[in-house]
Amino acid sequence: MVDLAKGFIMKNGLKMSTKRLNFYYGDCQALYEISLDFHTNQVTALIGPSGCGKSTLLRCLNRMNDLIPYSRAEGQVILDGEDIYDHDIDVVTLRSRIGMVFQKPNPFPKSIFENVAYGLRVKGIKDHVFLEERVENSIKRAALWDEVKDRIHESALGLSGGQQQRLCIARAMAVEPEILLMDEPASALDPIATQKIEELINELKRLYTIIIVTHNMQQAARISDVTAFFYLGSLIEVDKTENIFTRPALKQTSDYITGRFG
Amino acid sequence: MHRKEKDNRIKTGRRISQSFIFSLFRLSAVINGAVLVIVIWFLVSRGWRAINWTFLTQMPVDSMTKGGILPCIVGTLIISLGSIAIALPIGVASAIYLNEYARPGRLVRFLRLGINNLAGVPSVVFGLFGLSLFVVWMGFGVSIISGCLTLAAMTLPVIIGTAEEALRSVPETYREASLGLGATKWQTIYRVVLPAALPGILTGAILGISRVAGETAPIMFTAAVFYTPSLPSSVFDKVMVLPYHIYVLATAGTNIQETRPLQYGTALVLIALVLGLNLVAIIYRSHLRRQRSGG
Repeated sequence: MVDLAKGFIMKNGLKMSTKRLNFYYGDCQALYEISLDFHTNQVTALIGPSGCGKSTLLRCLNRMNDLIPYSRAEGQVILDGEDIYDHDIDVVTLRSRIGMVFQKPNPFPKSIFENVAYGLRVKGIKDHVFLEERVENSIKRAALWDEVKDRIHESALGLSGGQQQRLCIARAMAVEPEILLMDEPASALDPIATQKIEELINELKRLYTIIIVTHNMQQAARISDVTAFFYLGSLIEVDKTENIFTRPALKQTSDYITGRFG
Repeated sequence: MHRKEKDNRIKTGRRISQSFIFSLFRLSAVINGAVLVIVIWFLVSRGWRAINWTFLTQMPVDSMTKGGILPCIVGTLIISLGSIAIALPIGVASAIYLNEYARPGRLVRFLRLGINNLAGVPSVVFGLFGLSLFVVWMGFGVSIISGCLTLAAMTLPVIIGTAEEALRSVPETYREASLGLGATKWQTIYRVVLPAALPGILTGAILGISRVAGETAPIMFTAAVFYTPSLPSSVFDKVMVLPYHIYVLATAGTNIQETRPLQYGTALVLIALVLGLNLVAIIYRSHLRRQRSGG
């Protein structure tokens, strides 16, 4: 592993970083000594073949992996100077600071409105005017408003896959997180819906720090500022996206992005 | 030419064995349906003459050879709904613990083993258990409350089993989405998981009610008596119920032959009552399902 992270200087501030992070599913180690920085208002793409640990890493960043029995993390994940694996960290607050969008659109079997309002309602917000305003703004930000404004109180399950995924993004944004984690958010969508999601990500990076797992090399090249390549649980190479895709430092990386394996 | 003939023979043989097997399956299914039809036809043909307004709305008179079975109908309704009202919250809470909170391990394995074995205990044993625990030790006497508690204990495994199944069928992605938005575990269960599991949980309640309404053995010692002069006025009253009434009329009465139509009539009312309770629950469940997918 070559540490190239120090080799380039980011113009934006450091938002989150992992320090020698190891992760285990029972006896099986899934991540090895991952040290990686994520910067404000930038899109970091995590790429690599299936089973390389990129999704596991993403789920370490909001402690979603806590749900898996017999799993454990070692090392540090620093968010604004605080280790999120510290004992006195409240996981519930942490997760409301870090939004997550999943591989398959997963709206609740509730109305469009209630889906987006969910994160606010669980915080105990009842003020209807506030809720309506925030819901509308979030859906607008997710570029979905014009398509759903007339059926905001109908079931979210009636939306198309692409609309559902944008709804999930709106739902994540409604709680005003600082970071958005996206786990292959477009892999279950058709090309047009994918394009919309990508445009959206481009817009949203003005507001958030975005970390996205993707299988799609072109997607990583199109939307990310920094790309990190993983293989078998290790971080192989990380650099500005243009460097990774035009002159990767390692043969392994170039083999993967040119499609020789993976 | 020779080869083609052989092919055809194989094809024919395959077709025959296929249709033979399918006929067997079809026959099994038809037998099932036929049994139900025969039972209902049997009851209707022998019992319908006994059923009239008086039969359904009056107290029994003349050593139960005349009059109605109103107290039995009321008693069965109270006992069934009461025991489900006790068993449902406890059962659902247990299922939530086992499925959502408990980490897999020895304790959970032991609890599941217990629950599964509880399902296999004969109902008369529950009757004796209820007699010694609720009737005698807790001092409730032979009463509605003792009967409801006994039946609730009996039906718990069914409720827990179906509730767990319903919780398991709620997609993991709902839980992840909710937790990812900063909801606590309880908020996730209460706001997302339970509503999604509710139709399945109701299925358990339906199965429970059907079983409870028809049981005789568990309430024989704990709640049911063969005659009460009036309708029950408190949960500590003894109660008449349909299945026990049938048992009494058919075996213990002095005029078994004379009351034969009444016995069939009572059985018919019992079946209608169970189907009616099921129907209400099924309608409610499909209403919930529609609501869930529609808004």
